[in-house]
Amino acid sequence: MTSTLVFLEHHGDEILKGPLGVLSKSASLGDGEVNAVVTGSGVRALAGQAGAFGAARVYVADDAALEAPLSQPRVDVLARLVRDKGIETVLFANSVLAADVAAGLAARLEAGLNWDLTDIARENGKLVGKRPALQDSVYVDVGWKSEPRLALFRSGSFDPVASDGGSAQVEDVAVSLEDFSTAARMVERAHEESEGPSIEDADVVVAGGRGLGGPENFTLVEELAKALGGAVGATRAVVDAGWYPYSTQVGQTGKTVSPKLYIACGISGAIQHKVGMQASGVVVAINKDPNAPIFEFADLGVVGDVHQVVPKLTELVKQRKGG
Amino acid sequence: MKPADFPPPFRAPEYVAVPSDPEGERIEVGVLVVGAGPAGLACAIRLGRLLADAPEIRERLGEVPVAVLEKGKAAGSHLLSGAVVNPRALRRLFKGRKRIEEMPFFGPVAHESVYMLTQRRALRIPTPPTMQNDGNYVASLSQLGRWLASEAEAEGAMILAETAAEKLLVDGGRVRGVRTGDKGRGRHGEELGNSEPGSDIVARVTVLAEGTQGHLTGVALDRFGLHGENPQVWALGVKEVWKVAKPLDRVIHTMGWPLRPQARYREFGGSFIYPMGDDMVTLGMVVGLDYRDAGLSVHDLLQQLKTHPFVRRILEGGERIAWGAKTIPEGGFLSVPRQLHAPGLLICGDGAGLVNVPALKGIHYAIESGALAAEATFAALRRGETPWRPGALAGYDEALQQSFVWSDLQEVRNMRQAFGRGFWLGGALAGMMTASRGRFPPGNARTEPDSEQQILPAERTSSYPAPDGRLTFDKLSSVFLSGNKTRDDQPNHIVLRREVPRELAMLWENMCPAQVYEAVEHGVDVTPSNCVQCGAITAKGGRLTPPEGGSGPEYTLT
Amino acid sequence: MKIAVCVKHVPEGTKRIDPGTNRLDRGGEGALNPFDAHAVEEALRLKDAGGGGEVVLVSLGTTKAQDALRKALAMGADRAVLVTDEGAAGSDLVATSYALAKALERENADVVLFGQQASDSDGAVLWAAVADRLRLPVVSQAAEITHGDRKLTVKRQTEFGYDVIDAPTPAVVAVSDAINEPRYPSLKGIMGAKSKPQDEVSLSDLGVEAERAGEQGSRTEVYALNAPPARADSRRIEDDGNAAEQIVEFLAEKRLV
Repeated sequence: MTSTLVFLEHHGDEILKGPLGVLSKSASLGDGEVNAVVTGSGVRALAGQAGAFGAARVYVADDAALEAPLSQPRVDVLARLVRDKGIETVLFANSVLAADVAAGLAARLEAGLNWDLTDIARENGKLVGKRPALQDSVYVDVGWKSEPRLALFRSGSFDPVASDGGSAQVEDVAVSLEDFSTAARMVERAHEESEGPSIEDADVVVAGGRGLGGPENFTLVEELAKALGGAVGATRAVVDAGWYPYSTQVGQTGKTVSPKLYIACGISGAIQHKVGMQASGVVVAINKDPNAPIFEFADLGVVGDVHQVVPKLTELVKQRKGG
Repeated sequence: MKPADFPPPFRAPEYVAVPSDPEGERIEVGVLVVGAGPAGLACAIRLGRLLADAPEIRERLGEVPVAVLEKGKAAGSHLLSGAVVNPRALRRLFKGRKRIEEMPFFGPVAHESVYMLTQRRALRIPTPPTMQNDGNYVASLSQLGRWLASEAEAEGAMILAETAAEKLLVDGGRVRGVRTGDKGRGRHGEELGNSEPGSDIVARVTVLAEGTQGHLTGVALDRFGLHGENPQVWALGVKEVWKVAKPLDRVIHTMGWPLRPQARYREFGGSFIYPMGDDMVTLGMVVGLDYRDAGLSVHDLLQQLKTHPFVRRILEGGERIAWGAKTIPEGGFLSVPRQLHAPGLLICGDGAGLVNVPALKGIHYAIESGALAAEATFAALRRGETPWRPGALAGYDEALQQSFVWSDLQEVRNMRQAFGRGFWLGGALAGMMTASRGRFPPGNARTEPDSEQQILPAERTSSYPAPDGRLTFDKLSSVFLSGNKTRDDQPNHIVLRREVPRELAMLWENMCPAQVYEAVEHGVDVTPSNCVQCGAITAKGGRLTPPEGGSGPEYTLT
Repeated sequence: MKIAVCVKHVPEGTKRIDPGTNRLDRGGEGALNPFDAHAVEEALRLKDAGGGGEVVLVSLGTTKAQDALRKALAMGADRAVLVTDEGAAGSDLVATSYALAKALERENADVVLFGQQASDSDGAVLWAAVADRLRLPVVSQAAEITHGDRKLTVKRQTEFGYDVIDAPTPAVVAVSDAINEPRYPSLKGIMGAKSKPQDEVSLSDLGVEAERAGEQGSRTEVYALNAPPARADSRRIEDDGNAAEQIVEFLAEKRLV
């Protein structure tokens, strides 16, 4: 029987969707005991959430020293937990915090860490991770030579699925931290950005290209992005023409983004643009030229006029979310 | 209407300056070579060898006796050719130290064939004597350049890549060196946060080995009045490298389709298909830039060529792995500058127009001219001589005129011009020239600058194949494959009139293999970051200057 | 103040996986990892702001990496140490972090910097592993660093906005590409780089045991390469007035809205 531990990161009083997705996936593997760990200060109440998504047992490390989302104290907690409980596999959903915890833990336990995974499966008796490489043009099967195994999944790899198992057992764990782990101190905590997510972190990116016709039509893109809670992107052509700032340029000489949803409005899809967004989950393209190269890699291609389609789409999305 | 009616606002004197950095900040080197191509590197290698045997001269040249500037990311990044190389000059350069087998070639030419293509057929014709490649070797010039660069470094040369030579430093009638280009400027020339100004590099002798359309070469020819009898003309070559399923066993040249033979179109050129080892093939289309049809696009003619059954068969089961474009000077002997030296200055290689058009050879002339430039430089550095005394470097011109470079070029001096009379008449004249080893027809034919050709309305564009992403490709994905990731917010390095009539804008739009120009309402729009610096624009009414060092393509297999 | 910067030489051009080893083909042309250029730049700024000191580059790789190191030296770094050893080939995070930590121990720097990709798709997570081995505080995604009295104040960029974190030195920081614009090396810098010390050390010089390096010392492995999972057939529609509705249906199906 293998035992798995899923690192659950939270923000405020909610466990993040990413780790809950990883937890659901782990539970679905049906591969032994699935445990979860929450770390922080005053976080016992989160344990219930973990149970709802498939954890059989939730370890709670509750300590003032864990209040701030810093990685090193969490390495101490997880290392001890893994050793004390004989955990074989530790799973993480990628985030700034989780990546640092996973890597620190790998060094601490001399344990193999495979990162940027999009899936995991048991094959021929071994646990095999799947990760994209070379800008998603190949997929690599990776594994671990020993235990414990550490795996860091790409953010959004799995959707959280509420399980119909019972509630989880909650176990408090004692927290003892190394000196060097508590040397760094949070002076000021981040607060929600009011302008919406940055283009690299956004789950949804709505991007505009020359097909918009003119800079004034970027408002169509902005409205749709706002309705979907996403960020605005632009192609090199329109940035060159001065329609939108360089900080939003997606592509070979701009930013590389991999949101769950990428909506390309009036974008032809030249390769210089494609390489900046080809790792996106779902690509919807709206362009009036049926031969535009973007239709070759869009999941949904809409041959139509952006000036007609986009405003209507924005309306419908707003209705769906509001109503 | 012709492109020359709308000349670019380019003024060569703006690129000539006196050194302006304070003395302590100037960079001093012994001999400065501009361009890490075959000519420049041959010069650096030969000079290194000569200096190794003359330590007292070497010491007088200071901490950096030989420096080579390269505007590309590394040596080889901007090198592109077919190529089938005559090993003669390399043998001389490496005599007693390296054999041809130790150089990065893809094997000797085993067989060769020349074909005349029609839309569906390929008719084998006898190989014209000027084109025979017995004893020659297939190479990737980019790879050869990288190898030559490491040899030059082994001989003590310092190669400074990502460094563009923007201005020629001239003081008191003598060339002092160059000023390098600024880095970190924005689209309108403004300084960005990390901008770095260029520097004055001063040297005792400056050797310009910039290749086709050399920027400072053009500036120097103007400044010192060195232009040749005939104006220079160029051809544009666009090529690809493919991984192939079956090895190609021969070097192939084609003429005819898709080019049109009638004199009024002036479509002179053909294609080459060379094996690169057993698993790669390189193929390219070369067309004279004296063409007239506004719709002519050499890139698209290459794509069209690939659809011919003869070519398709060669590429079957294969995959495109490289693409690039570059111009070739085609004026030949009569367009070579009347003098290739000035006080403190030497000019070598393609920049000097040392290309044998009928034989499609220029690399070994470049290497030989570089070696001769080194020898002349060395002679001028000895005690009792000052390299910048007028005439001190005349030994270079003398040596060049005694060499096989000169005699080869002289023999074929009128051949290219003959083809201005159309393919069939041109072919006949060429045959006569070959048979008479250049003595008949007598005299020297004129060339007209490419930009003086009348523009014919676009006829061709409808016949180009639509890119299918497997055999044929569009320009933007090709630019991507060249490795070009030039920063978008750089100043525009292409000097051009923007408000031009539609025909001219269309001519440029179709001409450019990298989709830099776009015909718009008022004239033409420019996307300089696509530019692979082939130089075609300079032939047809604009002027290419070097962008920020490190920009442009990053060729490795071309 | 002594600042160590961990830099990596990465393959350039068309990246390919070597079918023999199933690992990235590092044979072709290469360059300094662009994200590390930000780290080198930050090190140089810290050194200037602190009124002097030394910036030393530390790298683990083949001798080709010397080219990348020379570029960073041209920017202004003082010295480079390259850990190069055949026994290090095929090292994963565990093995690499161990060797790097050993190299960094010898340097005893006040600050150790790494470059970090903003969107972690290809990113390694080396800094946290190295920091754990060195038993030093670590802060990642640094968008701004200020050096104070024996501490660093770091503005860390997270999914939720910016944190401000104080870490006493010696400390490890991974910088994001938002932190600065790396300088262009001056010509003098490029020419001077060739005469700056570039040491090569082997694993045994560092005291790294053979079984803790390379494939032996790695705890992960690569099994196979596959084509990416087939993208579900793409759909194409023409707008006849209700494209917007069809898009919403599609998004709802995918649980994106």
